[in-house]
Amino acid sequence: MKQRSVHAWLMLLPAMLLLVAFTHWPAVSTFIDSFHSTPRGARPSVWVGLENYQVMTQDPVFWKAVRNNLIFAAATIPASIGLALAMALWVNERMAGRAFLRMAYFTPTVLPMIAVANIWLFFYTPQYGLLERFTGMLGLPAHNWLGSPSTALGAVTAVAIWKEAGFFMIFYLAALQSLNPSLREAAAIEGASRGYFFRRVLWPLLMPTTLFVLINACINAFRMVDHLFVLTRGGPDNASILLLYHLYEVGFSFWDTAYASAITVVLVLVLAAIALFQFFVLDRRVHYK
Amino acid sequence: MQRKSFLKICAMPLLAAASGLYGAMPAMAQAPVEVSFYYPVAVGGPIAKTIDGFAEGFMKENPGIKVSPIYAGTYQETIVKALTAHKSGTPPVTSVLLSTDMFTLIDEDAVVPIDNFVKTPEDKAWMDSFYPAFMQNSRTGGKTWGIPFQRSTVVMYWNKDAFKEAGLDPDKAPATWAELKAAATRLTKKDADGKVSQWGVQIPASGFPYWLFQTLTTPNGAILANEAGTAVKFDDPKVIEALQFWVDLGKAGVHPPGVVEWGTTPKDFFEKKAAIIYTTTGNLTNIRKNAGFPFGVGMIPGNTRKGSPTGGGNFYIFKKSTPEQQQAAFKFIKWITQPERAATWSMDTGYVAVSPAAYDTPALKKYGAEFPPALVARDQLPVSVAEFSTHENQRVTKALNDGLQAALTGTKTPAQAMKDAQQEADRILRAYK
Repeated sequence: MKQRSVHAWLMLLPAMLLLVAFTHWPAVSTFIDSFHSTPRGARPSVWVGLENYQVMTQDPVFWKAVRNNLIFAAATIPASIGLALAMALWVNERMAGRAFLRMAYFTPTVLPMIAVANIWLFFYTPQYGLLERFTGMLGLPAHNWLGSPSTALGAVTAVAIWKEAGFFMIFYLAALQSLNPSLREAAAIEGASRGYFFRRVLWPLLMPTTLFVLINACINAFRMVDHLFVLTRGGPDNASILLLYHLYEVGFSFWDTAYASAITVVLVLVLAAIALFQFFVLDRRVHYK
Repeated sequence: MQRKSFLKICAMPLLAAASGLYGAMPAMAQAPVEVSFYYPVAVGGPIAKTIDGFAEGFMKENPGIKVSPIYAGTYQETIVKALTAHKSGTPPVTSVLLSTDMFTLIDEDAVVPIDNFVKTPEDKAWMDSFYPAFMQNSRTGGKTWGIPFQRSTVVMYWNKDAFKEAGLDPDKAPATWAELKAAATRLTKKDADGKVSQWGVQIPASGFPYWLFQTLTTPNGAILANEAGTAVKFDDPKVIEALQFWVDLGKAGVHPPGVVEWGTTPKDFFEKKAAIIYTTTGNLTNIRKNAGFPFGVGMIPGNTRKGSPTGGGNFYIFKKSTPEQQQAAFKFIKWITQPERAATWSMDTGYVAVSPAAYDTPALKKYGAEFPPALVARDQLPVSVAEFSTHENQRVTKALNDGLQAALTGTKTPAQAMKDAQQEADRILRAYK
């Protein structure tokens, strides 16, 4: 018995070492750093208690980032999941060019975000950008999508949805492929409509996948900021700033590492809370086979 | 027994240290001094090849020194890498970083003044050989912290065909604000629906609007920060007036509304969507290759005076390296900024050569005669000013950028935006008063 547990620990050790060195220890030290001041040259860091957190409550850019991030999450999560499901249902059908369609939908996931953002930059360009050409044909007035505060956040959100949907589609597609075809046949014999079949059979059976995708979508909503570096850099006037981008700025542009640690702690706590809620509360309502 | 082993444990590191020293000393005399050198790439072109060529040439002449150039990404990525390495105790010996990072590097106690290494009259003459405009960003508190290397400045590019079409003299660029506005008005073209198909003038404002804003504040006689980097003057009436001019160009319908993207501005120029653009000299090669029409390069239009900000990167020497390494790095920096090499660097990259002597070399003279626009930056240097930089640089800069974007997108009036930016900057800089 004892030998078996030693054996188990030995098997866990390699992964454990990596996790401790690159995940757990940095998390703990970030937590500790968040209660200290930022060391600057000759001035070492000192204990400041909750001061960094107080600064956070008074930082208008932080609150702007929180608000933007909530809007960003509220838009990207349902939209990318819904789109993923619709695409998966479609490419699951038997039809000509199915492989091509699947590949086309998956392409955004394969492309690096920075490359993607550079392409979208030209989609959004005023006057001769793709979007402008399109709205121009419809006779709509010209608009600077990334350069006006009212549309900048929406523009970066759309890129995120486009990028994520293809990735989630793969999970839904895998789940759909593993479903027993006799269910569909039985429903057809019983005379169930397609909508009814989806609502009462497919959707409940896809629930485990949806939960998994939902967790990923939530985390990504707070993690995906690469495109901001190319598209708007959080501007104009912080109109499209997101939490992680703000965190990067504070940490690596302002070099206020202590304050950045405090923001990190808050971000980690929020994400942990979401994950725990999903694992323990939502998980119970999910039907597993 | 226990005591004995305790003593033994204590003695071990000492012994190890002693033998290490003993072993290291003769080795040091022979092994070359290693100089790690981080450099960023911010413009296109085969820069890595040029840099590697320089390093090899230097090592051939100085066999006792080994220079290892390390490409470190964009300017921002390079400073992140260099400062993180500094904090962990092993920074590069030297690095090219933005000239505006000077105060940040001083505050982090990461760099040493270059003056420490200047000993002979020849060294001194070398230090005085650079354009004063570039040295403004390299000196503070009576010390020199950086040596200009890949430097640039903002200039104006105009489409000569568009000028002809609008009935303007294609060889005469607008030289004042009034002329600029008049030309832009004539250059703005509208289609049948009243939609603008070509803007008269375009000044980008994404990413680093403060730099482009300096092309307006400088001609209006305003300097945004003091030399010590401890105070800013955003709410100066001259600054507000400069911003008002920018906003009014948009209101007059001759400049695109909102915040114009920096990255697509050259493309807007190629696509004839903008007849006049403000952008860096670093885009010269790009525009020369891609513009399908004759274009002109000119100095930034003046108002009460002429002027434009400089930009780009300086060499710094890091503190946490051995004196031998620092001395070797100094030697390398001195070598690489010699006129012939500065000229090569300028022709290969489009950066401005850093000393008047470089423009007097036969190679650059010939290049300038063949392609006169390459000399516009040089001619503008006597009236150029330092790129905006203070302590807590990026934080203060962000306050200004946010204010500029707020005014350009119409969420705040220029006066209000600059007043708010001033307040925020004063708050950030209060510890440095």
